[in-house]
Amino acid sequence: MQRATLDLWVGIFVVAGIAAILFLALRVGNMGSFDSASTYTVKAEFDNIGGLKARAPIKSAGVVVGRVAEIGFDSAMYEATVTMKLDTRYKFPKDSSASIMTSGLLGEQYVALEAGGEEKMLSEGDTLKITQGAVVLENLIGQFLYNKSEEAPKAAEPK
Amino acid sequence: MNSLLDSLRGIGARVIDSIWRMGVATRFFLMTLLQSGQSFRRFHLVIREIYSAGVLSLIIILVSGLFVGMVLGLQGYETLQTYGSEEALGVLVSLSLVRELGPVVAALLFASRAGSAITAEIGLMKATEQLAAMEMMAVDPVARVVAPRFWGAVISMPILAALFSAMGILGGYLVGVVLIGVDEGAFWSQMQAAVDFREDILNGVLKSVVFGVAVTAIALFEGYDAPPTAEGVSRATTRTVVTSSLAILGLDFILTAFMFRGV
Repeated sequence: MQRATLDLWVGIFVVAGIAAILFLALRVGNMGSFDSASTYTVKAEFDNIGGLKARAPIKSAGVVVGRVAEIGFDSAMYEATVTMKLDTRYKFPKDSSASIMTSGLLGEQYVALEAGGEEKMLSEGDTLKITQGAVVLENLIGQFLYNKSEEAPKAAEPK
Repeated sequence: MNSLLDSLRGIGARVIDSIWRMGVATRFFLMTLLQSGQSFRRFHLVIREIYSAGVLSLIIILVSGLFVGMVLGLQGYETLQTYGSEEALGVLVSLSLVRELGPVVAALLFASRAGSAITAEIGLMKATEQLAAMEMMAVDPVARVVAPRFWGAVISMPILAALFSAMGILGGYLVGVVLIGVDEGAFWSQMQAAVDFREDILNGVLKSVVFGVAVTAIALFEGYDAPPTAEGVSRATTRTVVTSSLAILGLDFILTAFMFRGV
C-alpha cells in the first residue's frame, strides 16, 4: 500500500482513539465538573452517617459545592468524622450546619450544607459545630409504630 | 520400580522444559525491548504495523462494542426496572464497559484478530527462511521484524479499547434512551456522577496497555519459536489465541483486585 494512504489511515485511527478517550473523560466521566486544585477542607462530626460514601456530593440549596474526601471514626467521641472538600468559589458562614440527606427515596446519600448567620467565613481546617446525622429508616419506623400504639388505646376509649 | 522412575523422569522433563521455555520467552521479550531503538528511529515501520494490527481490527472492535453495549442496555434495563431505578442504566452500562468489558473483550478480540496474524506471519517468515536470510545480510530480525510489530500492537491496543468502550456506551444510549425511553438527562448525569476519570477511565486504559503488552509478547514469541513447518505454524497460531486469552483473564483478575478493591 502507498505510504501516504497508510499514514492517513493510521492518523484517522489515532485521532479516533483520542476522541474516544476525550468522550469518556468529558461526557462519561466527571472530569470537567470539578477541579481538585481549588478546594478547602472542612470537617464535621456526625452521630450516624448512614450510607454516606467518599466522593459523595456536598450540596447547598441543591447545588453541588464540594465532595466528601474521607470518612473516619473518632474513637474518643464514638462519632463519624467526615472530611469535606469545598470549592473555594463558595464561602459559608462559620455557624453553617451540615446534615446527611438522601436524594430520592432510594438514591445515594449526600451532605446538605445550610448557611448560618455569622459574619466570619469557614476556612481551611475548620470543624462544623451543628450537624445532623442520617435518618435511619428502621428507627423511624420503630418510632412511628411506638407512637401509633400509644394513640390506639385513647382512640378506643371515648365511650 | 523402573516404570515409577520413568514417570518421575517424565514429570521432571516436562517441568524443566516449560521453565526453560519461559526463560527463553523472557529473554526474547527483553531482547525485543532492547532492540526497539530502530523502530523509533524509523517510525514508518511502526506505522505500518499500527495499520495492520490496529486499523484493520477497527471494524470488528467497533461492531462488537456497539452490540455489547446494546445488549447491556437491554439486560440492564430489564433488571433495573424491577427495582424502579431505570435511570441507573447509564451507570451500569458505563462502569461495566469502562472498567471491565472494554479492556477485556477488546483484548480478547485483538488476540484472535491481530495476535494470531502476527504469529502466523512471523512463523511463516521463519518457515520460508526469510528471517535466516535477514541474518545473513547482517540485519537483526528482532530489530527489523519483531520490535516494530510489538510497538505497533502495544500502541493500538489502548486506542481500540477506548473505542470499544465509547461505542458500547453509545450502544447502551441507543437502546436505553432512544429505543426504550429512559430519561436522557438522568442517563448522562447519573453516569457522570458515578464515573471517575482517574479511578475508572485511566485504570481501564492502564489495563488495556497491560493486556496489549501481554498479547503481543505471547504472539511474537509463539511465532518466533514455531517449528518451521505448516503444522508447526498452525499449532503456534492456536497456542497464541489460547494462551493470550487465558493471560488476559488472569491478568484482569489481578489488576482488578489491585485497582478497585475498597473503592
